[in-house]
Amino acid sequence: MKILVCISHVPDTTSKVNFTENDTKFDSNGVQFVINPYDEFALTRAMWFKEKQGATVTVVNVGNASTEPTLRKALAIGADDAIRVNIEATDGFAVAKELAEVVKNGSYNLVLAGKESIDYNGGMVPGMLASLLDYNFVNACISLEIDGEKATISREIDGGKEVLSCNLPLIVAGQKGLVEEKDLRIPNMRGIMMARKKPLIVVESINSEAGTISVSFEKPTAKSACKMIDADNVGELVNLLHTEAKVI
Amino acid sequence: MSVLVFAESSEGKFKKSSFELTSYGKKVAEQLGTNLVVLTINATENETLYKYGAEKVLQVTSEVLATFNAKKVANVLKQAAEKENSKVVIVDSNANGLYLAPLVAVNLSAGFASNVMALPSSTSPFTVKRKAFSSKAFNNCKISTDIKVISLSKNSYGVHENEVSGSIEGFSPVIATSNLSSEKIEQTTGKVTIADADIVVSGGRGLKGPENWGMVEDLASILGAATACSKPVSDLGWRPHSEHVGQTGKPVASNLYIAIGISGAIQHLAGINSSKIKVVINTDAEAPFFKAADYGIVGDAFEVVPKLIEKLKEFKANNA
Repeated sequence: MKILVCISHVPDTTSKVNFTENDTKFDSNGVQFVINPYDEFALTRAMWFKEKQGATVTVVNVGNASTEPTLRKALAIGADDAIRVNIEATDGFAVAKELAEVVKNGSYNLVLAGKESIDYNGGMVPGMLASLLDYNFVNACISLEIDGEKATISREIDGGKEVLSCNLPLIVAGQKGLVEEKDLRIPNMRGIMMARKKPLIVVESINSEAGTISVSFEKPTAKSACKMIDADNVGELVNLLHTEAKVI
Repeated sequence: MSVLVFAESSEGKFKKSSFELTSYGKKVAEQLGTNLVVLTINATENETLYKYGAEKVLQVTSEVLATFNAKKVANVLKQAAEKENSKVVIVDSNANGLYLAPLVAVNLSAGFASNVMALPSSTSPFTVKRKAFSSKAFNNCKISTDIKVISLSKNSYGVHENEVSGSIEGFSPVIATSNLSSEKIEQTTGKVTIADADIVVSGGRGLKGPENWGMVEDLASILGAATACSKPVSDLGWRPHSEHVGQTGKPVASNLYIAIGISGAIQHLAGINSSKIKVVINTDAEAPFFKAADYGIVGDAFEVVPKLIEKLKEFKANNA
C-alpha cells in the first residue's frame, strides 16, 4: 500500500485571528503553526497502516518554504518522506490540481486527508482531487479498514453513519473517529533526529488555475455583552428568548 | 442562463434546509436577472417549492439514486446545469452537500466557495462572503470561473416565502457508474439530529455524571431540540461521540444553543460560533463562555434547569 497524506499548515486553534495589509492577509505574527488537526487524524491512521500492514507513507503540502517545519513534524511522527509543492496555496481547486500531479507521479493508491482545514474551512481539496483522478472518494470518514485491495469505510451522515466499500485506489477525507485524540502522537527525540535525515523533496508547481480569489477578510462585529439573568428569575429567560431573541 | 439549486429530500420529503436553499437561490437568480431551477431526486412534494420561488422544478425519479452516491448525484447535477445553462449551482452544507459540492465543481470546471453566509455582494465579479477560521472571521472571495458552485451555510439566510407559479419537468439523466457501494446505513432513530436541529441543548462536565442527563433530555424534548455535549463528556464516555460538538467534533449552526455546565474552552466555542443565540448556565461567573453568550445565568444547573423546564412548559401551554 502506497499512502499519501495531505498536510495543511494551519494556525493553532488557540491563535488570535487578525489580518494585515488592509485585511487581505492573515497576520501570522506570533502565531504557532501546526499540522491541521483533521489531517493529523489521517496521518495517525496512516502510521497504523505502516506499522501493521507494511504501508509506505509520504506526506505532501502545497505551500511555500515556511510550511517545511510542519512537514518535518509529520516526518518526526513517522512518515517516510515528504513532498512540498512550491507555490503558495490560495484556492482549493488549484491545490487539488497540484496534488493530482503528485498522486499520478507517485502512483499512490490511498490518499488520506482531513475533511477541511481549520483556517479557510474550504472542505474541497480531497473531493476535487478524487474527481480529477476519478478515484473512489469518501468524505467525513470516521473509520477505515483495508484488507488487500478492499476498503471498508464509514462516513458520518446527518444523524448516523453509512458503511461503504470499494477497492483501491481510494481518497478519504477524515475526521475524528479515523483515530481518536488519545491516539495522536507527539514526536519523540529519536523521531525528530530521524526526521532531519528523511527526504523532503521540493517539486515545482504546474501553476494550476484557481477557481476563487480571496478579496478580503473581516471579523464578526463585536457582540453586545451577555445579558445576565438572575437564577431565581428563570421565567425572564423564557420571556427574552421569545420576545427579544425570537428563537422560541 | 439560470441558477440551479439542489433540493435534497429524505424518503420523498424535503429537508427544511431545502426551502432555505430555494429561497436563497431565488434571490440570487433575481440579482442575476434570471430564473431559478430546482433539481429534486425522488421527492414527492415538488409543488411545495413554488412557495419559495422555484420557477422550474427538474424532477428526477430513479431507483438507483434511492441511496445517495456523491459521484452519481454530482454527475446528475452536471447534466442538469448543462441542460439549463446554469451559471450558479447552489447546494446544502449538510453531510451530503459537502460531499457532493467539490465533485460538482470539478465536473463543471467551476470555482467553489463553501460556508457561504449571505447573498453575493456583487454579481460581477461574483463575490460572496463565507465563514472561515471556524467562524472567527469571514472571507470575501471572488469566484473567477464562468460557472460558480456554492454551498450555503445552514440558517444563514433563512426560509423566505416568495410564491411563484412554477412548473415541474421530468428529467432523465444518464446515471454514472461508481465502484463505491453502500453496505448499510445506521440512523440514530427517532431523535432530532444536531445537523437538522433549530435548537441544541448541550451539557458539560458541570453535570457531574451521565445519570444526570435526564434533565438535559427533558429540556431538549420540550424545545424539540437535539442534545449535544462537550468534548470531556464524550471522552469520559458519559455521552456518545456523535454528540460531541466543538473544533474536532460536530459544528453547530442552530438558532439557539443552550450550554449547561460547559465552561467554554476555545475549542468548544470554535464549534458553536455559528449558532445565533447562545444561552449559558454555569455556576462559575468567571467561565469564559459568558463572554461569548447572549444570555447567561450564574447558578446551579440542578436548580436552574428544572425551573427552566417548568417555565417552558407554562410558556408552551400559553402559546399552544
